[in-house]
Amino acid sequence: MDIKRRQFLKIAGLSTIAGLGAPAAFNLLLKGESSPVSFASSGSSPEASQEAAPTGVRLGMVIDQNVFDAYRGLAQKCITACHTVHNVPKFDNPKDEIKWIFEVPYEKAFTAKSHYHKNEQLHDSSFPVLCNHCDNPPCVRACPTKATFKRKDGIVAMDYHRCIGCRFCMAACPYGMRSFNWRDPRPFIDKTTYNKEFPTRMRGVVEKCNFCVERLAKGLQPACVEACGNSGAMVFGDMNDPHSEIRKKLAENFTIQRKPSLGTTPSVFYII
Amino acid sequence: MYDKKLIIPGLLVFLLLMISPIIINGLDAGPVPKLQKPKGVTKCVDSVQYMRTSHMKILDDWRDQALREGNRTPVEVDGVKYDRSLMNGCMKCHVEKKKFCDECHVYASVKPYCWDCHFLPEETF
Repeated sequence: MDIKRRQFLKIAGLSTIAGLGAPAAFNLLLKGESSPVSFASSGSSPEASQEAAPTGVRLGMVIDQNVFDAYRGLAQKCITACHTVHNVPKFDNPKDEIKWIFEVPYEKAFTAKSHYHKNEQLHDSSFPVLCNHCDNPPCVRACPTKATFKRKDGIVAMDYHRCIGCRFCMAACPYGMRSFNWRDPRPFIDKTTYNKEFPTRMRGVVEKCNFCVERLAKGLQPACVEACGNSGAMVFGDMNDPHSEIRKKLAENFTIQRKPSLGTTPSVFYII
Repeated sequence: MYDKKLIIPGLLVFLLLMISPIIINGLDAGPVPKLQKPKGVTKCVDSVQYMRTSHMKILDDWRDQALREGNRTPVEVDGVKYDRSLMNGCMKCHVEKKKFCDECHVYASVKPYCWDCHFLPEETF
């Protein structure tokens, strides 16, 4: 078959148009919906953090700093409880440290608040900080392997099997709540308190608080909440349930979140 | 074919090298690993054959179900409940890693990375 240049160009042109146009047309016909608007371009003011309308379960925590100020050793008790339950290693070098929950002074916890002549109580109180399990978690968006993800109940969880140790999530987390295993953590886990029900981590993965998913599945409270006992220092529960204890606590008290202006909508609230 | 004199003997030498382990061992794959079976339990979560070939698939599925879907309901076999978990499920029956897991893994020369995080044997302390 002899094909002329003119004919060839015609066919090539038509098939290019068909090739480019068909998938787009198919997508429109099949889905019949417009593309979702990204959070960044939604035009919401950055100052007011907007909580989405409550749907389903959203687990959260209220930390009553007044109780922590009254009982000085309580925060340390929470930290020990958490770190033993999850086999968190203890490194002497602060650069290697792994922390799921730890204490920081007011100005480190609430960087956006004014620290000019702050009141005496804030001067020497230290705040327990942990993963905020944000409703709009930047770490999840940063993770290239979906090793960190948001569960339906609002917990920002991690699958260490998938973590490739790129530490994008650490850069993305505005709260610095993630730790990287620079060294093999196993030799640094306390042998006497090792929890055989929970795995350790390996070198080269990032880890953080998991809101004790494994304990919640058994009907238990998170380890830190349990360590607080009846003091009411920490209240954990479903914030979308109008009858939950945490809802009562939120309704009764003025609470603040960490860096709410970033729009991550943290699920950990502080009573000061 | 060019260089027939070189290529064919070369190929023969290569082939001989590749199959030398089999020849040296006299077509014998060595003693078949004997696993220590858990006491008091006769049935696993699936058939023996399936567990032999695809236990890693079950572990993978369980991980995704427990971690991602939040489905931690125990698997029930003959009224016995097993957690969807390596450490809290499988290894509650198959207590000794060395006499169960390692037996085959060493024999088949596979090095699963389960043990990097799961199960901390006493002797590492």
